[in-house]
Amino acid sequence: MTETFTGNKGLRLEEPLIFEMDTPGSTGVDVADPATDEIRLGDLERKSAIGLPGLSEPQVIRHYTRLSQKNYSIDAGFYPLGSCTMKYNPRLNERMARLPGFSDIHPFQPVSTVQGALELIDTLADWLKKLTGMPAVAMSPAAGAHGELCGMLSIRAALEARGDKRPVVLVPESAHGTNPATAAACGYKVEAIPGDARGRVDTKAFKERLGPDVAAVMLTNPNTCGLFETDIIDLSKAIHDAGAFFYMDGANYNAIVGRVRIADLGADAMHINLHKTFSTPHGGGGPGAGPTVLSEALAPFAPLPYVVHDDRGYRLVETELDAKAEGTEPFGRLKGFHGQFGVFVRALSYIMSMGADGLRQASGDAVLNANYLLETLKDTLTPSFEGPCMHEALFDDRFLKDTGVSTLDFAKAMIDEGYHPMTMYFPLVVHGALLMEPTETESKETLDAYVATLKDLARRARENGAEAFKAAPQFTPRRRLDETQAARKPVLRWRPEEPVQEAAE
Amino acid sequence: MSTIYFTEDHEWIAVEDGVGTVGITSFAQSQLGDVVFVEVPEVGITLDKGGEAAVVESVKAASEVYSPVSGDVVESNESLPDAPGTVNEDPQGEGWFFKVKLTDPSELDDLMDLVAYDAFVAEHS
Repeated sequence: MTETFTGNKGLRLEEPLIFEMDTPGSTGVDVADPATDEIRLGDLERKSAIGLPGLSEPQVIRHYTRLSQKNYSIDAGFYPLGSCTMKYNPRLNERMARLPGFSDIHPFQPVSTVQGALELIDTLADWLKKLTGMPAVAMSPAAGAHGELCGMLSIRAALEARGDKRPVVLVPESAHGTNPATAAACGYKVEAIPGDARGRVDTKAFKERLGPDVAAVMLTNPNTCGLFETDIIDLSKAIHDAGAFFYMDGANYNAIVGRVRIADLGADAMHINLHKTFSTPHGGGGPGAGPTVLSEALAPFAPLPYVVHDDRGYRLVETELDAKAEGTEPFGRLKGFHGQFGVFVRALSYIMSMGADGLRQASGDAVLNANYLLETLKDTLTPSFEGPCMHEALFDDRFLKDTGVSTLDFAKAMIDEGYHPMTMYFPLVVHGALLMEPTETESKETLDAYVATLKDLARRARENGAEAFKAAPQFTPRRRLDETQAARKPVLRWRPEEPVQEAAE
Repeated sequence: MSTIYFTEDHEWIAVEDGVGTVGITSFAQSQLGDVVFVEVPEVGITLDKGGEAAVVESVKAASEVYSPVSGDVVESNESLPDAPGTVNEDPQGEGWFFKVKLTDPSELDDLMDLVAYDAFVAEHS
């Protein structure tokens, strides 16, 4: 392909960094000259350039608009990364969150002026408790992993309160990395238990390891292979018989909401990623929320603050003294203020617009869509485990054997076809994993087009060999990046070019 | 002359005069892909057989390196964190992670020799 003079391709523009666009003297504001030349900054007077680029307002607007147009997002098209990143966010949620009564309030306002906001937190809490069948929920955790921390600190507090410090937490080998990390952060020694050939936990191995030194078991259900843990009730009984607690990672709650009550599985704590199950925005470091439901045994240790209401209205229990009066023993406070309020508004908007029947349908449709992918692709790609699956379909790289094409090459070729790749190389328990989560909002037509694309890519890998795959992506603004060098020698900040030295006088 | 043993977690240990040099196998590095970060244990700490000893991170995944035997760390490969690519280039030579003074040489009996390890890899790949 001939390169253009500008480096642009059609109307897809090459965008420099904003610092590289610096035009000294350009500015978006016109400030009148000061009336006096006298400088009264004392020793605060600036001695060197401020280091910010000089730009006019249209330059800045165009720069950020162009950058935003380079995004691929769920609003632009299907992506099989699924809810881990973000599923479709209904616009109604945004509209509700922008109501001034929700968006223009401050956490320091007197509680008498924010009764509606507190009622909203309490109403959302009530939905989460009813959906899970659990008696209590801590609303303040700011993310899924933060919710894990909340659950594990509650467990530690409950064990310490009964004078029964236990050193070990068990996780299955297929666990999310955050599970062992959370347990370790709480001071526990982590032991991994291998899975079985069906892609599920080895219940026998867990039972053999349980004992008086085990504080808790952390388990994701459905698990990271997209499979329902069929022995979970048997296992939770064994955990409780050993005097330990059962932390259920609720990352995949979106597959079972409205269908399985967490309390019936015997869980003591579970975080709920609101973005995964209740369609709130997420990603790019954006606001997360990981409310954590707790069992009767853990409820007294839930962190501050929490909302209570009586005949005088809603109020916050914010201090240990307040908590004592309420008869609880919080393990402490997890974050400033009362949780991600803007995310709560969106989650409740989703829940109330869907209703209990709609939530049940959403989890059913999510599972149906994933099984549609598993079924239509099972003869082309290689499913790692026998179906049916839950909300995610897991394949490994056996279908690429002897083609010279790796999972990574295959994913890069998907980009050329207009698809953001699925999760790759996770879970680690299968080789060269391709983990696809279509979510509930995708139509059969969308999935059929995706399946046809993957089948054609697989055919090309078999018939034409690896060369074209190794060269992918070919049609993106940048070709394949060198991720090895990016990790080994990262360039983390822009530096101005050294000024050319003037010749000595 | 050292004797080399292998674990099911794809570590190797070359033992000479009661001190074992530990690294990851060529098969392990090929599965990991380009190694971009390495953390080696501090000299003087005590390792348990099968316990976490070092960290190796590639473009694909982060993994632990487990100690094949119990003992005290007598030396760490300090050059590795600055040149993690050595693990890919020479996994069973310059890419060693640490040296451990064995407390119980009989633990070596549980490990595989080269023939057994090759058969193990063939069966699992």
